[in-house]
Amino acid sequence: MSEPRMVEVRRKILKENDLLARSLRERFRSAGVQVISLVSSPGSGKTTLLERLLTDLGREYRVAALVGDLATENDAARLARSGAPVKQITTGTICHLDAGMIDRALSDWRLEDLDFLFIENVGNLVCPSSFDLGENLRVVLVSTTEGEDKPLKYPTIFNTADAAVVTKLDLADAVAFDLAALTRNIQGVRPGMPILQVSTRIGRGIAELELFLVSQRTAQAAARAV
Amino acid sequence: MHELSIALSIVDGALEELQRQGATEAGAVYLRVGRLSGVDKDALLFSYGIACQDTPLASSRLVIEDVDVMILCPVCGGERPTRAFPVLTCADCGAVADRIVCGQELEIRAMEVVT
Repeated sequence: MSEPRMVEVRRKILKENDLLARSLRERFRSAGVQVISLVSSPGSGKTTLLERLLTDLGREYRVAALVGDLATENDAARLARSGAPVKQITTGTICHLDAGMIDRALSDWRLEDLDFLFIENVGNLVCPSSFDLGENLRVVLVSTTEGEDKPLKYPTIFNTADAAVVTKLDLADAVAFDLAALTRNIQGVRPGMPILQVSTRIGRGIAELELFLVSQRTAQAAARAV
Repeated sequence: MHELSIALSIVDGALEELQRQGATEAGAVYLRVGRLSGVDKDALLFSYGIACQDTPLASSRLVIEDVDVMILCPVCGGERPTRAFPVLTCADCGAVADRIVCGQELEIRAMEVVT
């Protein structure tokens, strides 16, 4: 056995995931499907919002969803009420989705038949942030009941997102929610990120969010045509 | 705790590198981990100890270099540290960052190998 020697490596730890995510993104692009992932802590309203989005957007567009949870098919059952194709990814003990799980879940779906594909990540503000899923738009949800300093406590998930949605706006007064403080904190860790506000329960802000998602898809299609 | 997934990816990557180098085992694996990478150092060290078992990396040390956040400041016109983690404002003038220059790294930088 010879003497130990140092070798330079310079390799991304999540290289395999990044490569797979890149190939997924290319597949989404060529199929013309806009892929939107939702990340947030558990209980901030991802599934409730997604059920609404699938129902509304499904009237005009071909929509589908993948939904990740450690266990149970409950969310898939809830989302299926919208009439959209939904597939549950149960991760077992894994606290996040990765590109491989998306790739496998999509194996028997024709992406060309879809306009929007939503991916609801496991409820977790830490782990999903490291894993690129090939999505076109990552939306981070934060509810009015969670505390305005969430972005400062979990900067990476906000920093890797493309848009923020404040949920449960109908509860804002009851919990003395401070929108200005949350906005300041989001902009602090992710300068320039668009912030939308919704209440799924009373239907506020939903139309604006849907318009935003549709405009993102249009922009994506325009970029593809160039 | 996604550090076990990260640790398994480190082991996969390091084993591939061992093979490329024609080496039989590694004495150390050196990482660069950005403060904005979202990875907890202690959890990663613990996970690596489990992930490398029964592999040619079993006796290797995992050495983690923390990488501080640096931003491109539109006012100062260069790379600057930030004022207070995790807010992305310039330490010198307080301007909002144009972009992040470093601090998001999650990479294997080097390895000490034995042929």
